[in-house]
Amino acid sequence: MADVTLTVDGKKITAPAGTLLIEACKTVGIEVPSFCYYPNLSLQGACRMCLVKIEKMPKLQTACTTVVSEGMVVTSDSDEIKQARKSMLELLLGNHPLDCPVCDAGGECELQDMTFTYGAAESKFMEAKNHKDEQQWSPVVFFDRPRCILCYRCVRVCGEGMDVWALGVQNRGVSSIIAPNKEDHLECEECGMCIDICPVGALTSGAYRYKTRPWEMKHVGTTCTHCGDGCKTTLGVRRADKGMEIVRGDNRDKSGTNGDFLCIKGRYAFDFANHEERLTQPLIRQNGKLTPATWEEAFELIGKNFSEIRERDGGTRIGVIGSMRTTNEEAYLLSKFARVVLKTNNVDHHRTADFPALAAALRGKENATASMAEVFTAPAILLIGNDPTEQHPLLAWQIRNNVRLHRARLYVINSNSIKLRRQATSFMQIGAGLEGEVAAFLAGNDAAADALVDSSAKKEEWIALRDKLSGEQSLVIVFGSELRGKDVASLVKFGSAGSGAKFVCLADYANSRGAADMGLYPELLPGYHSVVGSSEFHQEWGEVPQATGLDLPGMVEAGKAGKLEALYVVGSNPVGRLDIDPYAFSKSFVVVQDMFLTETAVMADVVLPAANAYEKSGTFTNTCGDVQLVKKAGEVTGTKSDFEMIVRIADAMGFDVRKLVPFGGGTRADMGQSRGAQSGEADRHAVWLEAHGLEPKMSPFDPMAILDEIQRLVPGYDVSRMNLLAGNSEPTSLREAGASAAHKAESIFPANDNLFSSGTLGRYSRTLNSVSESHEVKAAEVAAD
Amino acid sequence: MRFSEEFEARFAEMVPHYPTKRSALVPTLLYAQDEIGFLSDEVIAELAGRLDLTELEVRNVISYYSMLTTKPRGKFNVQVCTNISCLVRGGEEILQHCEKKLGVRHKGTTADGLFSLEEVECIGACSWAPAAQVNYDFHENLTVEKIDKVLEEYKHEPTR
Repeated sequence: MADVTLTVDGKKITAPAGTLLIEACKTVGIEVPSFCYYPNLSLQGACRMCLVKIEKMPKLQTACTTVVSEGMVVTSDSDEIKQARKSMLELLLGNHPLDCPVCDAGGECELQDMTFTYGAAESKFMEAKNHKDEQQWSPVVFFDRPRCILCYRCVRVCGEGMDVWALGVQNRGVSSIIAPNKEDHLECEECGMCIDICPVGALTSGAYRYKTRPWEMKHVGTTCTHCGDGCKTTLGVRRADKGMEIVRGDNRDKSGTNGDFLCIKGRYAFDFANHEERLTQPLIRQNGKLTPATWEEAFELIGKNFSEIRERDGGTRIGVIGSMRTTNEEAYLLSKFARVVLKTNNVDHHRTADFPALAAALRGKENATASMAEVFTAPAILLIGNDPTEQHPLLAWQIRNNVRLHRARLYVINSNSIKLRRQATSFMQIGAGLEGEVAAFLAGNDAAADALVDSSAKKEEWIALRDKLSGEQSLVIVFGSELRGKDVASLVKFGSAGSGAKFVCLADYANSRGAADMGLYPELLPGYHSVVGSSEFHQEWGEVPQATGLDLPGMVEAGKAGKLEALYVVGSNPVGRLDIDPYAFSKSFVVVQDMFLTETAVMADVVLPAANAYEKSGTFTNTCGDVQLVKKAGEVTGTKSDFEMIVRIADAMGFDVRKLVPFGGGTRADMGQSRGAQSGEADRHAVWLEAHGLEPKMSPFDPMAILDEIQRLVPGYDVSRMNLLAGNSEPTSLREAGASAAHKAESIFPANDNLFSSGTLGRYSRTLNSVSESHEVKAAEVAAD
Repeated sequence: MRFSEEFEARFAEMVPHYPTKRSALVPTLLYAQDEIGFLSDEVIAELAGRLDLTELEVRNVISYYSMLTTKPRGKFNVQVCTNISCLVRGGEEILQHCEKKLGVRHKGTTADGLFSLEEVECIGACSWAPAAQVNYDFHENLTVEKIDKVLEEYKHEPTR
C-alpha cells in the first residue's frame, strides 16, 4: 500500500496507508497509552486512554481506531489530553480496589503505571466500591472481579487468538462483567493467555498467585522443555533453600517466535523440578536395594564396570539409550561418548518421527525446511496427520493466526475432525492409517486415491485438491508421524515438483529433532552420516566402530539372551513407555540418569540424579529445525547436568576428556574478582566475551565447547552464533545432511501426549495433574520418557 | 427442542436476510421468548447450535438486553415506565400502586404466575405519559384507577 505522511507532536511520520495511528506513533517512539488496544487483536475502542488531538476534528479521537491519513496533524500530549486520560483513570479507579500491596500484578500493573503517569490520585466518587469475592474458574485461572477494568483483551485473545471462545461479557454498561463459559467455571484449553494479557491483576494464575512479588524474581529467557515446538519462555526464579526455584513462566517480553504465546505446559508445568520425589543423590544397588551413595563412589563403579566390559567383551556388549529432552550438546556428547569411549554403535532413543527419511529426501535441496516463524507467514499450508492443537500448540497458534491475520489458505487432511479444520479452506477426512495413501496419491499415483474415496469425498475432489495444492506458491507442508519412510519421500517428491514447498516434520519432544540430528541412532552419526564408511566424524572422532549397532528392540533381545552386559540410559524411560519387560536387562549392569525413579530407574544398578532442561545451558532444536539457546534458570542442589555426568564417566573410565570435549583450546579468560570493589568485572567481561562469540570454554563441563564442534561438523548447524546468543532462533538446513540409511518405520512410537500431559515431566507436575483431573481427560497410563 | 411451525417458518425466512447467521440472533431470541415464555437453557443450546455460536455468546447477548430473560415470567409482563416524562406525570405512583396491588417488586412474579412487574426505561410513549406496556400492548395516560382496570381485564382474559 502507498505510504502517507503525517505529523505527530511536530515529528514527521511516514507509514503505509491503513496503519493505525497508535502503531504509527510507536515507530517514532511516541507511546500512546492504551488498555484495550492490543496488536493483532480486533479493535475495541473501550478504554478511551489513547485519546489524541487531531487537527480539524472537533473532539479528541482514539488513536487505536484511527487510520493514518495524508497530512494529518496530531498532538499526542497536551493539558487537554492529560486531563481526559486522568478522568478516564478516575472512572476506572471508581471500583478498582486499592489492594496493590497484595495484588500479583503490583509492580508490573499497567493501571498502576498509568495512574503514576497521570497522577489520578483524587476521586470525586463518594460511593462505596462494589466488592465481589475472588472466584476460581479452573485449577489455574482465578478471577478477581473488582480489579477488572473491562478492556476485553482476555475475551479477544481467548476467542480470536486461541479459537476457544471461553470468555464473554455479560450485562451492560457499568454492570458489565467478564464471564466464563460454564456459568461459574471455565471449560477451555487452560493456556493462561487471558491471565498473561490482563493489564491488571483481575485474572491471576493458580500456579503463581500470592507466591512472590514481581521484583523479587530474576528472569531467565530459555526454551520450553515440553513439546517439540520450541517456545521461548521467560522463567521467573527466586532463591530457595534447595537452590533456585522457578515460580513463574510467561513470555511477556515477546522474545522468540511464539511472541507472547505459551500453552499450559510452557506457562505452568515447571513444578516437576520441585516435586518431593525428585532424586538429589546418587543411588547404588547394594544387597538388592538402591542405597544413597556419593558421586565419587557412583562414577568409580560405573567407570570400572564399563571399562571392564569393554576390555573383556568389546563395546558391542554395551547399549546406550539417549533422551529427547537433553540438549543438543548432551545428545551429541552421548553419541560421541558411545562411539569413542564405549566403542559401541548400540545407540538409540525413543523415536517419535522419521527425521532420517526427511533428511534423505531433502538432501541437496535448498530452502526445503520451514521454520516455525514461516508457518505464520506462509500463504498456504498443507497439514497431514497429527492434531497440532493438542500436540503442537504453538504450531496451531501460528497456523490459526496466519489464517486470521494473513488469510492464508489451510488444507487439512486428517483421520479425525481435528479442531484446526475450523480454520481450513479445505478439510478432507480420511480413514485411520490412510495418510500414506494420501502421500502416494499426491506424488502422482492415482490408484492410491481409490482407498481415499468414500461417501464424503469423490475421486474428482481429491484430484481437484491435488491440482489446487500444486498451484500454490510457497506452500508449507506439515506432517505428523503418521508419515514415515517412503511416504515422506513421496510427499517430498510432490512438494518439490512445483514451486518448491517447505517441510515441517512433527516430533513429540522438546529436543526430538536434536536427538535425531545428533545421531542417537545405531546406524547414524550426527548429521545423518552413516556409521559405515568415512565421514568427517570418522576423521575427527578417531576410530568409530563400523558395524551398525543394535536399536532398542535389538538391545532388549540381546539383554534377554544375556549378550548385553551394560545399559546406559540417559533421560529416558523405555521400560515404562515401550512396554519392555523390565527383566530383559536383569543380567545387565544398568545405569540410569533421571530426575525421578521411573520404571527404568527402579531396575538400575546405579541411578544418577539429573538436572532438567531448565537447570542447564545448551541448545535445543525444535521440530522445524530451529536451534535456540537453553539457559539455566532453576537449580536443585544435589543434581548434575547429563553433560557433566557423561564427562565424569568418561574420566572415570580413564579417557582423556579433552578428546571428548574440546575445552580450553587456547581461549583464556580473566573472569575478574567475584567480590570486592571490582566484583562487577566478571559479569562485564562475560558479556563482552559472549557478544564476540568468545564465551570462555574453560571447563570440560562447558556445553559451549561442544556447540563449537557441532557447528563445525554437523551439516546445517553452521548458523550465526551471535544470533543464538542474542536469544533468537536460527533455522538449520538438511541440504548437506548425510546420505542417511534405510530406516525401520515400525520403530517410531508417537508419545500421544495431549495438552495436559507431558511424559515423566507431566507425571510429576502437580499443576498439569490438577488440570487433567478437572478435565477428566485420561493421561497416558505410563509416561513416555 | 421443538418450536412451533410458525416459529420455524419465520426463522427460515429471516436467516438469509443477514450477511452472517449470528446477526439473526436477537430477533430469533425474541420470537423464542414469545413462544416459550423465557429463554431456557434448552432454548439457548438450541439457538447457539443453529446460529454457530457458543452458548456463552448467546448468554452474553441475552444479558445485554433487559427485555430478554432467562427466568420464567408471568403470563402478563407489566412494564411501568418511570423515565422523565412518565416520572413527572406520576409514573412512580403507578409503579408503587402495581407493587402493592400485585404484591411483587421489580422483576417479581405473582404466585399464581399471572403477572410479572418491571420498572422500565422510556418506552416511547412520552406524549401519553404516564404509560405502561403489558406484553406488547400499550396503556397510556394512566391513573391508579385506570391501571387497576387494566390489570383486572388481564386477570379475566383467558389467553393472550
